[in-house]
Amino acid sequence: MNSEQQYIDLYLQAQELICRHSSSLMNSRRQEAFEAFRQSGFPGHQAERYKYTDVAQVFSPDYGLNLSRLDIPVNPYEVFRCDVPNLSTSLYFVLNDQFYDKALPKVQLPDGVIVSSLNKASVQHPELLERCYGRLARSGKDAINALNTMLAQDGLLVYVPRGVVVDRTIQVVNILRADVDLMVNRRVLVVLEDGAQARILVCDHALDDRNFLATQVSEIFVGENAHLELYELEETHVKCRRMSNMYVQMQANSTAVLDSITLQNGLTRNRADVRLDGPGAEVYMNGCVIADQKQHVDNNTLIDHAAAHCQSHQLYKYVLDDEAVGAFAGRILVREGAQHTVSKETNANLCASRTARMYAQPMLEIYADDVKCSHGSTVGQLGDAALFYMRQRGIPEDEARMLLKFAFVGEVIDSIRLESLRDRLHHLAEKRFRGELSRCKDCKLCK
Amino acid sequence: MEDKNSFVRQVAEKKYEFGFTTDVQTDIIDKGLSEDVVRLISQKKNEPEWLLEFRLKAFRYWLTQEAPTWGHLKMPEIDYQDISYYADPTAKKNQDAPKEIDPELMKTFDKLGIPLEERMALSGMAVDAVMDSVSVKTTFTEKLQEKGIIFCSISEAVKNHPDLVRQYLGTVVPYRDNYFAALNSAVFSDGSFVYIPKGVRCPMELSTYFRINARGTGQFERTLIVCDEDAYVSYLEGCTAPMRDENQLHAAIVEIVVMKNAEVKYSTVQNWYPGDSEGKGGVLNLVTKRGHLRGDNSRLSWTQVETGSAITWKYPSCVLSGDGSQAEFYSVAVTNNFQQADTGTKMIHLGRNTSSTIISKGISAGKSQNSYRGLVRVAPSAENARNYSSCDSLLLGSTCGAHTFPYMDAQNETAVIEHEATTSKISEDQLFYCNQRGIETEDAVGLIVNGYAKDVLNKLPMEFAVEAQKLLGVSLEGSVG
Repeated sequence: MNSEQQYIDLYLQAQELICRHSSSLMNSRRQEAFEAFRQSGFPGHQAERYKYTDVAQVFSPDYGLNLSRLDIPVNPYEVFRCDVPNLSTSLYFVLNDQFYDKALPKVQLPDGVIVSSLNKASVQHPELLERCYGRLARSGKDAINALNTMLAQDGLLVYVPRGVVVDRTIQVVNILRADVDLMVNRRVLVVLEDGAQARILVCDHALDDRNFLATQVSEIFVGENAHLELYELEETHVKCRRMSNMYVQMQANSTAVLDSITLQNGLTRNRADVRLDGPGAEVYMNGCVIADQKQHVDNNTLIDHAAAHCQSHQLYKYVLDDEAVGAFAGRILVREGAQHTVSKETNANLCASRTARMYAQPMLEIYADDVKCSHGSTVGQLGDAALFYMRQRGIPEDEARMLLKFAFVGEVIDSIRLESLRDRLHHLAEKRFRGELSRCKDCKLCK
Repeated sequence: MEDKNSFVRQVAEKKYEFGFTTDVQTDIIDKGLSEDVVRLISQKKNEPEWLLEFRLKAFRYWLTQEAPTWGHLKMPEIDYQDISYYADPTAKKNQDAPKEIDPELMKTFDKLGIPLEERMALSGMAVDAVMDSVSVKTTFTEKLQEKGIIFCSISEAVKNHPDLVRQYLGTVVPYRDNYFAALNSAVFSDGSFVYIPKGVRCPMELSTYFRINARGTGQFERTLIVCDEDAYVSYLEGCTAPMRDENQLHAAIVEIVVMKNAEVKYSTVQNWYPGDSEGKGGVLNLVTKRGHLRGDNSRLSWTQVETGSAITWKYPSCVLSGDGSQAEFYSVAVTNNFQQADTGTKMIHLGRNTSSTIISKGISAGKSQNSYRGLVRVAPSAENARNYSSCDSLLLGSTCGAHTFPYMDAQNETAVIEHEATTSKISEDQLFYCNQRGIETEDAVGLIVNGYAKDVLNKLPMEFAVEAQKLLGVSLEGSVG
């Protein structure tokens, strides 16, 4: 049986069960998604945006799904301690693909701010969901969108009303926990109305030594003059596979910082499509990948400059060891009339072993003349001169290599605007390079 | 403002200089493509059995393939049955002196600035003149022969040096390579064959001039260059076509084999008819060019100035097999009006200590689309491979597009690949500086564009560089305003 067929059969058999446990609004989009998925199937290597990840192979194993929404017997607030020092956050959990709302942080969010289960929110705030759900992540655009829309039953909603500033970082921890191989389908919706500000930190963790496959589709709306910072930190294990599609729409004069840091994983595919829809919008995207063994990390970005006077800045750095495979494809599209665009894309990669592979594909597609666009990409090794310099000063070779790699990714980590997280990430990256698994000190989950 | 408009009008009315047709009796076979046509072409050229087999295999393979659609191009539907695959303008032979060329053809090439009389020719350049499907004349063959150099049309080479042709034909670009390569392998007509023997430095520039003349035909030339150990050759290629309302197809293959310590320089000034200012007509230039650097320390450099063609789909590539081999690609691609270009290169590093350089300059104006597409692949066997790529695009006007699609595959940890690309318009500061010194905007743009393309133009042989510089000016005239 091919990969597509098992999901088509699953949907046909379990359609009723899926719908029973989720809201009518989420259900209303399923059929269309199903038709789109049945028609397109998984993209092959021929598909330009999936050149470097074999999607059908990712989806081919037989995973279990928690379609009946059985309770997962764990209270994350009791077992999880985030050890980013001095970081006080409003902490929320998404257990597999269910928003955990049996206990919630004591800290009050400003009035009108919603952080909740997407499924429940679609009943409580139907007008909001109607306006936003499935508006950016169209099923016809991408097979992962279609599959996720078809199967997703819950996820996360973050809503910040007009002009409201959320001072405290909203931290969302995605936890994968299961006794069998499991597929989870998360749906994320982030809406910042005009003038709103928020900072969101999302961490991916896996508790059990099982095969996990997570699909995640995020739709992010950033209103006029709004400011969003979104940091995604992936720290799972080699049996975890993640297929994430993120769509961001930015209005006039809004700014967004979208960082994705992959420290530990099995296979990761992050697609990020950012559309700069209003003049003066600015987006900063940074990515840092540290991969070894047989890990596979594929970041695929599209910055769509649809309005004039917008800026985009991208910086992606990879350090690949052992048999790791890295891929970066970044496309900058400047539409007709998007004059005075400034767009910069930088991708630098370190291959530290003979068998590591790196595929880089920075692209510019420009239809307006008064623009400044550039991209640069390099693949190389640590500089001999720098190594020599350090060894000459008594630093052992291994240590010198480690320091240089650390400095290499440091540039991305330094771009993080949250100081405590930045320090913590420096520490994590260092540990990662030393080959120590990044375990949190007091966290029972990591024991 | 008025000045500017009059200038634009003046240029808009300017005609493509080489758009005339030659009235010469041409033997054209019926339109259509089938096994019989392939056999007929082979028969007309008196080819040996093995070559016919090669053609037929290619044709059968072509039938199973579909035209590629991945280019950033809006390609018109090509009706392959509506093209005549063989046109021979030399059909009318003078009975008394069969070797003599029709004076009309002589005149045509004179008009194009390619004199076929050796005494009139530029010294230091041997020319193979190809019109439609047939090589009209190759100059200086005897003089070159003294050194053991073979320079003739590929049909002659098949007759006179069958072993050499058979040894190398299709080894760099196999007929299964791509759709247009399969088509060319099935129906190819004249192109040039060059063989430089061991240790010989070719004393003059070799060049081929391609001309499409007959209506309703395509040109499918095939060029094969073999440069043996320690040899050197510089080869130039030029091309023009008459102005016609319909699109004409040009699907060529160029294969280059470079042996140990040998060096080949291949330069192209492509000036096929680009279509009119409304985007009507023009040549579809769908070409496969590849060099195989087989020997250690071999060198190959591609230099191209692309100003013509309605559509350009062309990726002169290098396979660096020999240890220490070096490849270079220099390109200036200019598009104006409705022209579309998707061009670039592939550098496949297989040998140790290989290096490649890519310098690409794109200039788009009018409503044109100009894309750079390139691949740098470092195979696991390619220790210490080095690549540097730089792709710059210049936009003149707000209705054109400039795109960059580079692909980098590194499969060896010792690889060093660098790529950078920028896109911008002509700097206001530079224009202002020129204006301030009394240089009109149009001239200033010409000056700046020429300066911008200098890195590439400098790589061209002298005569070509002058022509290319002029061409660059003409292609862009009227695009400023």
